[in-house]
Amino acid sequence: MSEERKILLSVRDMKVDFGSRRKPFHAVKGVSFDIYRGETFGLVGESGSGKTTIGRAIIRIYETAGGEVIFDGQKINGKISKELDRQVTRKIQMIFQDPMASLNERAKVDYIVSEGLYNSDRKFTKEERAEKVRRALLDVGLLPEFASRFPHEFSGGQRQRIGIARALIMEPEFIVADEPISALDVSIRAQVLNLLSELQKERGLTYLFISHDLSVMRFICDRIAVIHKGLLMELGETELLFRHPLHPYTKALLSAVPMPSPDCRTEGPPLIYDESVHDYATDKPFWAEIEPGHFVRANQKEWAAYQEELKKNG
Amino acid sequence: MDQEPILSVQHLNVKFSLRGKVLHAIRDVSLDLYKGETLAIVGESGSGKSVLTKTFMGLMDQNGWIDSGSILYNGQDLAKYKTEKEWLTIRGKEIAMVLQDPMTSLNPLKTIGMQIEEAIVLHQHVTGPVAHKRVIDLLSDVGIPEPERRSRQYPHEFSGGMRQRVVIAIAMACNPKILICDEPTTALDVTIQAQILHLIRDLVHKYHLTTVYITHDLGVVANVADRVAVMYAGDIVEIGMAREVFYDAKHPYTWALLSSLPQLGVKGEKLFSIQGTPPSLFQEIKGDAFAARNPQALKIDFERRPPLFEVSPTHFARTWLLHPDAPKVDPPPVLQRLKQEELA
Repeated sequence: MSEERKILLSVRDMKVDFGSRRKPFHAVKGVSFDIYRGETFGLVGESGSGKTTIGRAIIRIYETAGGEVIFDGQKINGKISKELDRQVTRKIQMIFQDPMASLNERAKVDYIVSEGLYNSDRKFTKEERAEKVRRALLDVGLLPEFASRFPHEFSGGQRQRIGIARALIMEPEFIVADEPISALDVSIRAQVLNLLSELQKERGLTYLFISHDLSVMRFICDRIAVIHKGLLMELGETELLFRHPLHPYTKALLSAVPMPSPDCRTEGPPLIYDESVHDYATDKPFWAEIEPGHFVRANQKEWAAYQEELKKNG
Repeated sequence: MDQEPILSVQHLNVKFSLRGKVLHAIRDVSLDLYKGETLAIVGESGSGKSVLTKTFMGLMDQNGWIDSGSILYNGQDLAKYKTEKEWLTIRGKEIAMVLQDPMTSLNPLKTIGMQIEEAIVLHQHVTGPVAHKRVIDLLSDVGIPEPERRSRQYPHEFSGGMRQRVVIAIAMACNPKILICDEPTTALDVTIQAQILHLIRDLVHKYHLTTVYITHDLGVVANVADRVAVMYAGDIVEIGMAREVFYDAKHPYTWALLSSLPQLGVKGEKLFSIQGTPPSLFQEIKGDAFAARNPQALKIDFERRPPLFEVSPTHFARTWLLHPDAPKVDPPPVLQRLKQEELA
């Protein structure tokens, strides 16, 4: 990564609430991070941590309850102009988890892939649309003939490719990939991962990759943010985070990942993250950069301890 | 581990009838399960790993049948069992199963305590306070705090991990000899997965269980298994001790499966991926089932089914590459990295 990285998307103190206004459930409780142009940024957490909610709030499926989302210098959450809304819809696309559920069963691939074009500011003729669909399908390694088929005629891996083609046809700059390979078999997984990184190289795409699978995240992400119960715990470059995690939650999460090697077996009981290790009664926690590019959530006392730990690690 | 087989599968063939066609799901599989061992069966979806273990308990779907072969357990041939009455002497008592999704394998209308007690009353013919005491013991055995109170709660009051503990308690209710875990942690978070795997390992030690894991997660396999069987297209293509299969694999499919692990990928480079899709089991498979997806396949791979070659007394692989006349093909160099601590 070059030194002069341009920020493409900036999330500032984002909050998302569900439920009634009187008794809201705070799914995301003030999250801040930047995503640089051309990188793959990973958001990792367990179920219920709020990782999907953040992704959906960015593409404006969910409304934010507070904070700002700034895309390419413009605020895109809350009330925005129709014009900007159209632009954002085109520039930010999403790939969904379950390729079985995310495609319209009653529509042909042709329509599924080109649906976004009907709603864009440019009007396309029938021929232009057909040509775009043809190219999008070729780009993801499918045959153009597939355009006239229905989703049920495809395997899981092929369906996920259709989902990717549907995002690509809009020529987006930023793609939110929410668990794009979790539902796929091991051998198909590798194919889809390769396709995503190829596309990134060719088009300079930026990804927000949401997943709970840490081994996949380590392979594909440049930087990773760890989220737990709606709050970021730690953020840093992938290798740094994997080698020297600071926050106890990150440590517990990483230690739980089984290694595919019988000699690296983890004996003994697994590390369990216990929130009561934090004493936040008087000394309140904050989110700050402890070393260049490495953020962690801590209070003053923990901050000092983490700094000690960093010195020891060199 | 002593080498006494507790369950022995001989030349098993299982077929299904689907939309007027016959699907050959298990193709001539032989497998010995040794007393006290933990065997992991790995394979992609549709490789037949679940079907194979379902035949041990008579849980096959209505449209499936055992075409030939035998499953020997305690001197009985389970392949000949027909009626529910016969199966009830095995199911739960001798062989128990933990299924993938704890959200669907429990009855939402009954309390946890009732569901466990049901299994005890059915199989052990005890009732009332004796059965209740056993329920409480089981719940604390699987690490559920406050078992007395929790036994009166319903499944929806439990988290995913806790629900899977309850499912394990039900499986353990009748002191089975063999525990089959079909993707027991696939639906769970990694930290919960680690806890459940640890729990199963504890129970296995405490009750000297023989365990069969079915999973596609090679990380889980490496962590729990004594022995590993690799299935492809309804056949066991390689079987051996965990270290033999992970560090000295012989079958090209095992190589491919291991090479596509993201842990072995180098950032910025392509991850190894297997081309194509598994063969259709509706058609008769000729030769080595993996040949069509194997760029280095030999001519004979397309013509004749390879026999099971012995690599070591515990390690066997079904590939012509082990034939003395076969050309020497080395495993992909990337697999060397599995041995290194780079992974840790």
